[in-house]
Amino acid sequence: MTLIVVSLVIFIAVNALPGDFAQAVLGQGATDEAVAAIRKDLGLDQPYFYRYFTWLGGMLTGDLGVSFAQMNFASNMGGTQLKGVLEQIAPRFMNTMFLAGVTAAIAVPFAVILGVLAALYRNSVFDRATNITTLTSISSPEFFLAYILILFLAVLNPVFPSLSNIFEGMGFGERLEKTMLPALTLTLVVTAHMMRMTRAAIINLLASPYIEMARLKGISPMRVIVVHALPNALAPIINVIALNLAYLITGVVVVEVVFVYPGIGQLFVDSVKIRDIPVVQACCLIFAAAYILLNLTADVLSILSNPRLRHPK
Amino acid sequence: MTWWLWIILGAVVIGAAAWAFRMAGQQATGNKPFFRDMPFGVAFGYVLAAVLLVFFVWFYFQPAELNGAPRASVMFFRWAMNFFLISAAAALAFKFLGSFVGTEGSRKLFRSMPLTASFGLLVILIYTVLAIFAGIIAPHGQEEIFAQANVVPGGNPAMGGNPDFPLGTDQIGRDIYSRLIYGAQNTVGIAFATTCLAFFLGGSLGFLAATLGGWLDQILSRLVDVLMAIPALIFALLLMTIASVWAPTLGIPLTVFMVLIIAVIDSTRVFRLARAVAMNIVVMDYIEAAKLRGEGLSYLIFREILPNATAPLLAEFGLRFCFVFLTIASLSFLGVGIQPPLADWGTMVRDLAQFINFAAFAPLVATAPLLAAGAIALLTVAVNFVVDWMLHKSSGLKE
Repeated sequence: MTLIVVSLVIFIAVNALPGDFAQAVLGQGATDEAVAAIRKDLGLDQPYFYRYFTWLGGMLTGDLGVSFAQMNFASNMGGTQLKGVLEQIAPRFMNTMFLAGVTAAIAVPFAVILGVLAALYRNSVFDRATNITTLTSISSPEFFLAYILILFLAVLNPVFPSLSNIFEGMGFGERLEKTMLPALTLTLVVTAHMMRMTRAAIINLLASPYIEMARLKGISPMRVIVVHALPNALAPIINVIALNLAYLITGVVVVEVVFVYPGIGQLFVDSVKIRDIPVVQACCLIFAAAYILLNLTADVLSILSNPRLRHPK
Repeated sequence: MTWWLWIILGAVVIGAAAWAFRMAGQQATGNKPFFRDMPFGVAFGYVLAAVLLVFFVWFYFQPAELNGAPRASVMFFRWAMNFFLISAAAALAFKFLGSFVGTEGSRKLFRSMPLTASFGLLVILIYTVLAIFAGIIAPHGQEEIFAQANVVPGGNPAMGGNPDFPLGTDQIGRDIYSRLIYGAQNTVGIAFATTCLAFFLGGSLGFLAATLGGWLDQILSRLVDVLMAIPALIFALLLMTIASVWAPTLGIPLTVFMVLIIAVIDSTRVFRLARAVAMNIVVMDYIEAAKLRGEGLSYLIFREILPNATAPLLAEFGLRFCFVFLTIASLSFLGVGIQPPLADWGTMVRDLAQFINFAAFAPLVATAPLLAAGAIALLTVAVNFVVDWMLHKSSGLKE
């Protein structure tokens, strides 16, 4: 439901562009007939609501339409090899998912372990140092962190390549190596929030009587936190993890541009620049869908992790 | 593979040292509880910290040049450490100053303040001064183009610098130092204006929705739900592209559009908070009393609700400012934000970014893009420090 409304908003916003793709392609000196012909080719002469519903219908059946830019060149060559938006987006989408996956695989365990340690040694030097470090990394812009990492891990000590030019047929190891710097940047961005939330959730629980009981039984502080407090703190932690993965989607745009990573964010920025409407619409909708889906997952998971909500009276 | 072996060997050595350290502590202090109850992990942490500290000090005093070639990592490390030490000292001095000057209340505030918060306050103060008096402080204008392009920072003629341009010039010969100062005016000023606008919009609508309720509340809330379902940066990028086409035809600068777009997108978050806060206030007895007294809507909002909602909204203002500031910087970095010739930090980072690749053999050259990006980071970090402290204080969270 929300997704449909969002698609409507995106459609209206994109079509508010004055002048359409036909004019942009042909430039200033285009004759009216030529513009009209291209418009007819691309279906731009149809009324708005008709275009919206064909687009939406195609979207639901997995047909994202044909990129204007691609179509234009193809039709000039005889129109034999039309490349759909889907084909254009699919490999890049996989790349972005790979990047997000690598980031999540590093960031989530790292953040939870740091959060548990900070809760265990709360108010110590370690706690304060992590607090300040994470606060700094969360409030720096993504590109600042990216360039710092490039400076130290790519230029001064060439450990990882600073450009992640990924192509098909690349081995997994090599691919992982090239993805490492963008993934590390995103890790720095999202870890802070997750770690602070983990710490806060655990500390909130430490005042409860059953923790006191466990402590009085003589259980070690580490065990109290990991075995007794962590399961109950899971709901807010899962929630914040899902929210941060949703945040990754926006962060990915800037980071992909910095590292020239061939993901969906790059494609989005590029097609926004040349006003390739089907691609922009599709990218926007994919971003929004992923965002909504992750938020939904957060809700579902936090219900699943809490027995009281799982078995309503 | 050898460095894996080194790491494992290091861990084993540190582990042994930690064990010895705990043992020695127990022996020397006659089994004091501090050492008796110390888990092995904590001892490991202490020894690791000590080793790192020694390594840092050793690395700091390494010669910056080896056989005539500069050692970039040493220099960068030394700069970072110097910056860290200087800022810590400045924060301490500022806190010390604050606890002796000023009224009784402010002195008390400064005395109880953590060092991070006083650092944040100091940075915000400096940025404000820079932003307001940029025209007086900056040695050159932001659009002035000089004959010498690509002057190296440092002002040392032997290294390719020029004492007139302490931080060098960019590709077309504009003074980076002046542009950094003007950046404070442009970037921070625009971000501040945007945040104010977002608060005005979101706050007033949120209060209205909470006070009036009914269909207005429903419509506004659903609208906000939809707008919030699209990731902020993506939506802003999309709208900015559209605006960049509209702007020349209407003759309005693109920056105005950007302020409006970001203000609207961010006002949805403010709306949520303002509505939630006001909802809790509206059900209070004194609101009921005011309504029965026959007070009008504006009196209810400005005299009854607003004063009671100031504290959470103020904290939100700080955080919102950070988000707006980062969004604007990101947009500028992607090339659709604040437009040249206005000096702006995000654009400067993008323009100067490729100089980072020279860091290995010419460390000074690589500092230029980092300075602009660092200026952004420094301000957001400072605001976050202050907000963190304020929240901590108002929530009464002691543990």
